[in-house]
Amino acid sequence: MNASPDAIETLARQVGAAPPLDAQLGAQLSSQLGTFPAADPAALWLLAAVLLPPFVGGALLGLIGHRRYAAEINIAASLATLLGAGALTLHVINTGPASFFGEQFFVDPLNVFLIALTAFVGFTTSLFSRPYLRAEVARGKLDGGRMRLYHSMFQLFMGAMLTALSTNNLGILWVSMEAATLATVLLVALYRTPASLEAAWKYFILCGVGIAQALFGVILLYFAAERVLGAEGGALLWTHLNAIKSDLEPTVLSLAFIFLLVGYGTKCGFAPLHNWLPDAHAEGPTPVSAVLSGLLLNVALYAVLRCKTLVDGALETHFAGNLMMGFGLFSVVVGAFSLARQKDIKRLFGYSSIEHMGLIGFAFGMGGPAASFAGLLHMTVHSLTKSAIFFAVGHAVQKVGSAAIDDIRGLLRASPMIGWSLALGALAILGMPPFGVFASEFLILTTAIQEHQWAVPILLVSLGVAFAAGLGKVQGMVFGDAVPVLPGVRPATLPVLLHLALALLLGLWIPPELADWYRAAAHLLG
Amino acid sequence: MNLPAWLPALHDLPGLPLAGQLINLCAAIMLLLAFAMLAQRRIVTLINLFALQGAVLCLSTAIVALSTGQSHLWGSALLTLLLKVILLPWILHRLVHKLSVKWDVETLFNIPTTMLVGIGLVIIAFNVAQPISEFAGTITRSTIGIALACVMLAFLMMITRSKAVPQVVGFMSMENGLFFAATSATYGMPMVIELGVALDVLVGMVIFGVFFFQIREKFDSLDIRHLEEKTKQE
Repeated sequence: MNASPDAIETLARQVGAAPPLDAQLGAQLSSQLGTFPAADPAALWLLAAVLLPPFVGGALLGLIGHRRYAAEINIAASLATLLGAGALTLHVINTGPASFFGEQFFVDPLNVFLIALTAFVGFTTSLFSRPYLRAEVARGKLDGGRMRLYHSMFQLFMGAMLTALSTNNLGILWVSMEAATLATVLLVALYRTPASLEAAWKYFILCGVGIAQALFGVILLYFAAERVLGAEGGALLWTHLNAIKSDLEPTVLSLAFIFLLVGYGTKCGFAPLHNWLPDAHAEGPTPVSAVLSGLLLNVALYAVLRCKTLVDGALETHFAGNLMMGFGLFSVVVGAFSLARQKDIKRLFGYSSIEHMGLIGFAFGMGGPAASFAGLLHMTVHSLTKSAIFFAVGHAVQKVGSAAIDDIRGLLRASPMIGWSLALGALAILGMPPFGVFASEFLILTTAIQEHQWAVPILLVSLGVAFAAGLGKVQGMVFGDAVPVLPGVRPATLPVLLHLALALLLGLWIPPELADWYRAAAHLLG
Repeated sequence: MNLPAWLPALHDLPGLPLAGQLINLCAAIMLLLAFAMLAQRRIVTLINLFALQGAVLCLSTAIVALSTGQSHLWGSALLTLLLKVILLPWILHRLVHKLSVKWDVETLFNIPTTMLVGIGLVIIAFNVAQPISEFAGTITRSTIGIALACVMLAFLMMITRSKAVPQVVGFMSMENGLFFAATSATYGMPMVIELGVALDVLVGMVIFGVFFFQIREKFDSLDIRHLEEKTKQE
C-alpha cells in the first residue's frame, strides 16, 4: 500500500483528479477555474438519474399512501437510483470529474464512491424492509399511515443524503444534512412507543444543536472565503475554496473547523456527542438502524472530510487532522468499552458503530495516502458489514419477539440462515480475517505504528476489549438451545448474503479499479 | 484608542455612522432579550420574547440592507419577519393553547445560577469572536461577538429547561443568533442557503408540533425528564 507519492499523483491524474493548483494564482483563477471540465450532457443526465428517483419516489409514495405495491415502488425507486449511481460512477471513471448547474453540483473520485455505496446500501435495505415491515404490520405494530410515512421518508432521506454527497456548495450540504436528520427523526419515532419518542426527541435536540454549530462553522467559512472570492464568486463552492485555500485566513478557518467538527461530529456519533446514536438505533425500525449506521454516519463524516481538506490546506499544519485523531480515538475507546455493558442487541451494534466511526475518523486524521486509503476502505466495509448485521438482527428480533440479548438464544437451531448471518457478520465487524474489516484495521494499525506509536496501545486494547465483549454476547445468542420462535417470518436472504460476500471479497482481493479509485480519493484528501 | 475591540458602543463612536450605531443598539437589545428568555418562567411570555427577538433581528437586517445597498438582505429581512415574527410564534401559541401548558416553566437549575453561567458564556463568546471581528470589513463587525453570545445563551436555555416547549424556543432562538451572525459577519449568506435554512426550521417546527401531541398523548405532560423516567421503568 505504500505507493510512492509520484505513483499516486500519476494515478490521480489517470482518474482525472484535480491537480493541486499553484496557491498564488488563487484569486484570479477562482473565476475561471480550469479544474473541472464544463458539464457534459451525459453526466448531467446521469446525475439527474441519481437524484430524481428518490425525490419522485418519495413524493409518489406519500401521495398514493399505503398500497399493496408500495414496498415494490420503494424497491423500484431505489433500484433506479442504484442504476443511475452505477452509470455515473462508470462515467466518472472513464471521463473524469464533472460539475453541473453552475458548479453547484460536482462529482469527483471521493464523492462518487460514496454515492455508489449509498445507492447500493439503500437498494438492499429497501429489499430487506419489504418482508420485515410486512411482518411488523401483520403483528399490528404498524398501520397503513405509518407505512406510508416510512416509505416516503425513506426515499426522501436517500434523496437528501445523495444531494449532500453530490453538492459542491457547502451551504447546500448543510441544508441537506439537516433535511436528512429531519427525515430520520420521523423514522426513528415510527413505532410511537414512549421509548421511541424519547429516542427521537433526544436525536432531534442533540443533532439540532450539533447541526446549528455546523451552520456557524459554515458562516465562518463563508466569511473567510468572501474576503478572497467576493460575495458573487461562489464563495461557498468547495472546488473554488479548495483552489484558494492557502489564501484563506487561518485564524478564522481554525475556529470554523472547530464548529464544523463539533457539529457534523455529533452526526457522526463521535464521543462525547454520541448519546443520541444508541437510542436512535435501538428504537427505530431495523431498516432505519441499518441506513443510519451504514450511510448517514458516512455522509456526516464526508462533510467533515471536505472541511478538513480545506482547513489543513489553509493552515499548512496538522491542526484539523489532530483534532479528528483526538475525537476518533476517544470514540474508539468509549464505543469499545461500552459494548460489554449492553443488554439490547441493537444498542450493542449502535455502540460498535461509534467505535468504528472513531476508527475511521482516526485514520483520516492521520492523513497521508496509506491512512486515507485505509479510512475509505473501512468506510466501505463497515457500511456493508454493519447493515448486513442489522438485517440479520432485525429478523432475529422478529423471530424471538424481543431485542434483549438475554432472551435471544440458539439462533443457529431456530433459523440457520439468520444464525449464520449474525455469527459471520459479528466476526466480520469484530475484525476477524478474512473479512474486509480486518484488512482496513490492519492497515490503520500499521500506519499508526509508523507514524503515531503512542496511539497504538490504546487502539489495540480497545479493539481487544470490543472483540471479547462482542464475541461473548454474540456467542450466547447464536449457540445453545433454541428458544421458541414466533411464526410468520420469512427472512430476506439476498441483502445479507450480498453484503457479507462483498465484505469478504474486499478482505481477500480489492479489484484494481477500486484500488485506483480509493487512491485517487485518498490523494484528494491529502 | 486603546479600548478593546469588543466594546461596541464606545470603540470608534465619533466615526461610526448612524446605521452602525443603530445596528449596535439592535445587537444590544438582542442580547438583552436572550437574557430575558433565559430568566423567563412563563411559557406565553417566553414565546412573545422570542417573537420580539425575531422582530429586532428583522429590523437590524433591514438597517444593514438600507445602509449597504445589499438588496438580497431585504429578502432575508422579509423571511425573518414572516417566519420568526409571525408564523413560528403563531404556531407555538396555538400549540400551547391547545395543549394548555401555560404553567410556569420549571428549570433544572435556579435562575440566578443560570444567569451567572450566561454572563460567563457571553465573555467567552466575545473572546472567541474578537479575532474574527478584526478581519471583518462590514459596518456590523463588532456585533459578531453578540451574535455568538446569543447562540450560546440559547444553547444554555435548551440545556437548563426540562420542558419540551422552552427547549424548542431555545432551538429557534439559536437559529436567530445564527442568522444574526451571518448578517453581521458577511452581510448574509447567499439567498439559496437562507431559504434552505428557513425551510428546514419550518419543517422542524412542524415535526416538533407532531411530537408535542405524541408526547402529550403518551405521558400526559411535556416534561422531558418525566419521559425519561417512564422509559427507565419499563
